[in-house]
Amino acid sequence: MLAIVIPIALTLVAAAVAMCFWRLLKGPTVLDRILALDTLYVNAIALLVLLGIHISSTLFFEAALLIALMGFIGTVALCKYLMRGDIIE
Amino acid sequence: MLDYLISFLILTGAIFTFIGSLGLARLQDFYTRLHGPTKATTLGVGCLLIASSVYFSAYAAGLSLHEILITIFLFITAPVSAHMLAKAALHVELRSLVEIPEEKVIEDDAKKSEVTEVAEQADIKEVNPPSAEKVKTDA
Repeated sequence: MLAIVIPIALTLVAAAVAMCFWRLLKGPTVLDRILALDTLYVNAIALLVLLGIHISSTLFFEAALLIALMGFIGTVALCKYLMRGDIIE
Repeated sequence: MLDYLISFLILTGAIFTFIGSLGLARLQDFYTRLHGPTKATTLGVGCLLIASSVYFSAYAAGLSLHEILITIFLFITAPVSAHMLAKAALHVELRSLVEIPEEKVIEDDAKKSEVTEVAEQADIKEVNPPSAEKVKTDA
């Protein structure tokens, strides 16, 4: 059962990553690109978790946690820069 | 039985992630695009992480709680980053697709000018300054 479901899920998430890349390249404004990057981080976490289940390895959780942390900090820093022209006041 | 639960959670999560990114790619407007991923991806990744937690609790030694940590972190930070993005969009003055209806604006302007005219007349006629000020602040 899992051997069938996980490749399907991996394909769906990979398609999601491809659409995020499309928005990242096309996005008319800077904010669309920031949003695409933010979604890309979340999709990367999903891919890592799926891969971890697929090869039954718990090694990827730390990487997923780090990606979540860095993605949040990156998004907030970029938004702060757009709003204030400065990140740390 | 557990396999079915895990498969269901994985499929739901993957489909939600897909729909979120589809919304990001296909919707017309930044503000609507903001809506898609922020809701769907947190739910999708939440489902995937719960599936992973169930899987490793069942098949590996001991309870697996790393995923809950990631889920909590994502659920806390996703609304915050969406809020920051919306605030930045308002600050940059991104236009949404919904235009401000012009007729209503003109009507409002006409009403306002009438009110100010009345206020000016009242100002001229009445010699009571506080009431005139009140009318002005109302206008």
